[in-house]
Amino acid sequence: MKPAQNYIELFKENRALVDRGSAGVMNSLRDAALASLEQYGLPHSGLEEYLHTEVAKWFEPDWGMNLARLDMPVDFAQAFKCSVPNLSTQLYFLANDTFASSDTAAKNSLPDGAFAGSLKEAAHNRPELVEKFYGKLADMDKPGIAAINTLFAQDGFLLYVPDGVVLEKPLQLITLLSSKVDLMVNRRILVVLGRSAQAKLLLCDHALAANQYLTTQVIEVFAGENSSFELYDLEETHYANKRTSELYVSQEADSNVEIDYVTLHNGQTRNTVFSTFAGRGSNLSLNGIATIDKEQHVDNMTFVDHRVSDCTSNELFKYVLDDSASGAFAGKVLVRHGAQHTESQQTNRNICLTRQARMFTQPQLEIYADDVKCSHGATVGQLDDKAMFYMRQRGIPEAEARMMLMQAFVGEVIGRLSLEPLRDRLNRLVEKRFRGELTQCEGCRACR
Amino acid sequence: MMLKIENLHAGIDGKEILKGINLEVNAGEVHAIMGPNGSGKSTMSNVLVGHPSYQVTEGSVTFKGKNLLDMPAEDRSHEGLFMSFQYPVEIPGVSMTNFMRTAINEKRKYQGLQPMSPTDFLKLIKEKRDLVKLDAKFMNRSVNEGFSGGEKKRNEIFQMAMLEPSLSILDETDSGLDIDALRIVADGVNRLKSPETSVIVITHYQRLLDYIKPDIVHVLYHGRIIKTAGPELALELEERGYDWVIKEFEDSQK
Repeated sequence: MKPAQNYIELFKENRALVDRGSAGVMNSLRDAALASLEQYGLPHSGLEEYLHTEVAKWFEPDWGMNLARLDMPVDFAQAFKCSVPNLSTQLYFLANDTFASSDTAAKNSLPDGAFAGSLKEAAHNRPELVEKFYGKLADMDKPGIAAINTLFAQDGFLLYVPDGVVLEKPLQLITLLSSKVDLMVNRRILVVLGRSAQAKLLLCDHALAANQYLTTQVIEVFAGENSSFELYDLEETHYANKRTSELYVSQEADSNVEIDYVTLHNGQTRNTVFSTFAGRGSNLSLNGIATIDKEQHVDNMTFVDHRVSDCTSNELFKYVLDDSASGAFAGKVLVRHGAQHTESQQTNRNICLTRQARMFTQPQLEIYADDVKCSHGATVGQLDDKAMFYMRQRGIPEAEARMMLMQAFVGEVIGRLSLEPLRDRLNRLVEKRFRGELTQCEGCRACR
Repeated sequence: MMLKIENLHAGIDGKEILKGINLEVNAGEVHAIMGPNGSGKSTMSNVLVGHPSYQVTEGSVTFKGKNLLDMPAEDRSHEGLFMSFQYPVEIPGVSMTNFMRTAINEKRKYQGLQPMSPTDFLKLIKEKRDLVKLDAKFMNRSVNEGFSGGEKKRNEIFQMAMLEPSLSILDETDSGLDIDALRIVADGVNRLKSPETSVIVITHYQRLLDYIKPDIVHVLYHGRIIKTAGPELALELEERGYDWVIKEFEDSQK
């Protein structure tokens, strides 16, 4: 409880400052967040859901936060001196946890009624809209990071797509961690899609300076009836980075949602997904890749709640672990009473390249309906020796053969991504990663 | 001399399987190695191509004047040694095209050549596919994944054609093949034959040797070559089995 206590005190002492740097709607949830943090503390490894990642420990250092909303200029130009051709997107930035209005963002054009921009501003200008959705999915009635995030979040990103509006071009939100001192960042993202609305959002999480960062990220996604949404969350930070993210998704009837997590480079990462089918006839595609080495750690936990009938969820997570890296995957699919004709598949496959690499996997299926098609499976293994020798016999040197096998392994997940230009880019990035050419964060040179 | 094996002893997991093999193969020759199950046929081919699970304990192998046993598997391939696998391996996610391009260009790199141009590469693929009647659609598929037994073996000979080895070892290539597929495979091998290339056919049965005519036939038994003769030996083995050869050998050892 000690680390939580520090933050509780910090908040109490600085409440006015926090509120002043934010907006009414966001401030209105702070009492509830405080109560939750006081009750549950921070997630520690005594909890089954956090067995392999001691998130509470990450909060122990006396992290500084930019509560006063001091201007922390980020040199976007420096992040974009790359020459890799542009993945054609509408581009937005979060500098740490503050929405950064930039020339690029100003040039974006969205159809009438759609909004993409600062969550704080939206909470000021359209409180009735934000109030309806903000904090409605993020569950503070359990241990997690929703409480501490809600307690301190002052800004973030809102994507609002009204009924029937289709955003053809993907939106790209680049979150740059950039600071002269170690920093804790509380990032908040809210996505609301109306009936038959469509959008694609690519999040690129980068750390520009080599300081230590701790990020709490809470994303809430409301997918309206017959809507379609793709969320790509790509982390490419560095060894000193710690990130804990909670994603909440609620799908109305006949909606299609795709979520892809890619951890290309990081320090310690915990991603949690809570996804709920609220209306029949919906599909969820949930995928993940982690390529980690040295002491890196990635823990993905997913919870898919089949609350109603006739929905499909498809899940595939793959990890490649080198050196002393450690990974964890826990996936739970809950098929509730009455959720007939549920189709659900969950797969987690992992390759440990060394004897020191560790992988913990825990697929879980809980079914209370009798007319369903569900399967799950997990494997932890090494690269296929037989394939390796076959390739060497054909003249492909061992190192190259390993590379090709690793790429083929994660290629299965990349192949599931709907955004084709991102697939190509990821294939190249993953290859660079495996070749050891991506030893530090390249900023957004990577995804642009 | 293409290949010279002298007193080769080798095994796996500390168990000796090859107990003193002597064999000479000249350029342009086709050798058949026959023998009952467990005689060491597959061990011999695996040792020659450098499978890491097998250990050589004694003897030497010279391939085109170079010490073969010193080279890693990939270099043996680059030097012109090829093995058609008894059980070709499926490699999900690696396309045939990517696999072949990498193999060809690694060999060229070894030879100090520039990578092959994409146009030349596609031309080469087309030409070699025709040789074993392998449809173009296979090139976009993962290596051997979803291939039928016959398609896998044709794919082996296709790869052999692409890599133009000087010595090819066909390890039980006839196993699991129907007669049509067998003909296509054998036809491919025969068309690749030249005075500069040699073939070692490892087989349990005479059947394949009706189509790929050997110059010399050896019988392998308990890790040793116990008889060497002309092509007529294969026919005799088909008719009379191995027992008489084994008996002849055992009598000679008394």
